[in-house]
Amino acid sequence: MKKRYYFDHNATTPVRPEVLDAMLPYLTEKYGNASSVHSFGRDARHAMEKSREIVATLINADPEEIYFTGCGTESDNIALTGTMTSARDGKNRLITSKVEHSAIMNTAAKLKHDGFQITYIGVDEYCRTDINQLKNVIDNNTALVSIMHGNNETGVLQNIEEAAKIAHSAGAVFHTDAVQSAGKIPIDVKKMGIDMLSMSGHKLNAPKGIGVLYIKKGLKITPLTYGGSHERGIRPGTENVAGIVALAKAVDLAMQDMENEAVTISALRDRLESEIEHVVSNVLFNGRGVPRLPGTSNISFPGVDGEALLFSMDIEGVAASTGSACTTGEVEPSHVLVAMGREPKTAQSSLRFSMGWGTTDAGVDHILNRLPVVLNRLRSISGGI
Amino acid sequence: MYTEKVMDHFENPRNVGELENPDGIGKQGNPVCGDVMELGIKVKNNIIEDVKFRTFGCCAAIATSSMVTEMVMGKTIEEAEEISRQAVAEALDGLPPAKMHCSNLAADALHDAIRDYKEKHAKVFG
Repeated sequence: MKKRYYFDHNATTPVRPEVLDAMLPYLTEKYGNASSVHSFGRDARHAMEKSREIVATLINADPEEIYFTGCGTESDNIALTGTMTSARDGKNRLITSKVEHSAIMNTAAKLKHDGFQITYIGVDEYCRTDINQLKNVIDNNTALVSIMHGNNETGVLQNIEEAAKIAHSAGAVFHTDAVQSAGKIPIDVKKMGIDMLSMSGHKLNAPKGIGVLYIKKGLKITPLTYGGSHERGIRPGTENVAGIVALAKAVDLAMQDMENEAVTISALRDRLESEIEHVVSNVLFNGRGVPRLPGTSNISFPGVDGEALLFSMDIEGVAASTGSACTTGEVEPSHVLVAMGREPKTAQSSLRFSMGWGTTDAGVDHILNRLPVVLNRLRSISGGI
Repeated sequence: MYTEKVMDHFENPRNVGELENPDGIGKQGNPVCGDVMELGIKVKNNIIEDVKFRTFGCCAAIATSSMVTEMVMGKTIEEAEEISRQAVAEALDGLPPAKMHCSNLAADALHDAIRDYKEKHAKVFG
């Protein structure tokens, strides 16, 4: 089979061997239920609580503020719905941004359907949330402000410290979806004023099926599901101990080398972008020039459709992603790029390359080698139409 | 998600380009997904003797465009008029449900081109 290069780390990442080694015993030998009192159960509980401490360290939280969930989407759902439905004093407004992940977008849509007021804050041409608009629209009726940390499509980092301050000034709770940023760049929930934070294991080299919700001590949340007292009733259900141990190992590895890894991955991304400009004509970079996640590059190639480009690059051995959700059955162009002011047709002509652990210069070279050929082919089919 | 035939027509599209002095031109676009297609025909003695297309769009849009040109080449105007949206999709062994609108684009552009040809033809001979 010909060599394949993976440039879709914002979608999911490979499980690191050290992570797999750490989790395997919790599937085969130490398989106890963390709620059982015998030695099998105690082993599982011990591993789980140790893991909770490690995850807490990553974001400077206290272990008892860490709740394990099934995925980032579930964390977002609990944070938003759980806060809105338990909001005191009849507060019924949620403020979020126009560039959130669908886990936030569709939860907000459901809350709107249930009678809550939802306000969406716009972004500038670089995908940065309009902080002034947030200042203007926030009021005492606002229960929650949810602004993502690193955007999944462009990688652009949001000014969540400022957003948190504004939320707090109106007595609102502040949540951030940090699924893309956690483990890649430093996060300090205390310093940044974050009340709730969502993260996911499989974006940082742990397996799929494990997520985290950080909830600041003292915050009142209504659970979405009911059962035993697992995760203090916020997320009932027998804990995924192997997944939790894997996540903690991945977090441990990320913390050991975060700064170096960020420098290495940023350098690969920056080289890809600066050289693409030389080998290809007529390209537009989305979110370039402002603080971004280290490994995310979002580029528009006018004259070709993103999906056609995605499939062509896949044939050439490069796995990337479209900003457009067209491949998943929707036909609208990316809501993120459109919110940034890109024409729908330009937004539809975009490709995202996302890098992480395991990305090499050889992969970047391969893209630089094949992309011009693929673009020429597709541009000749569209013929400037 | 795509059939082998779709991928074949996407990777090796037939009859790409622009005709010099076409006898009929059809252009269709989908305002939602932004796909655009233009198809030109050359007609002699009521037979489509050449056809070319240009398409901005996804794999399905390019494949259906290519397929429709292959289906009409050498056909009479009446035969070409019979080619339906469904027939284009079937010739490709099917399309994913979300991509069915792409086959509409190709068939509609063909019918526009035939209409355009008939109008011009009527002016010359009518």
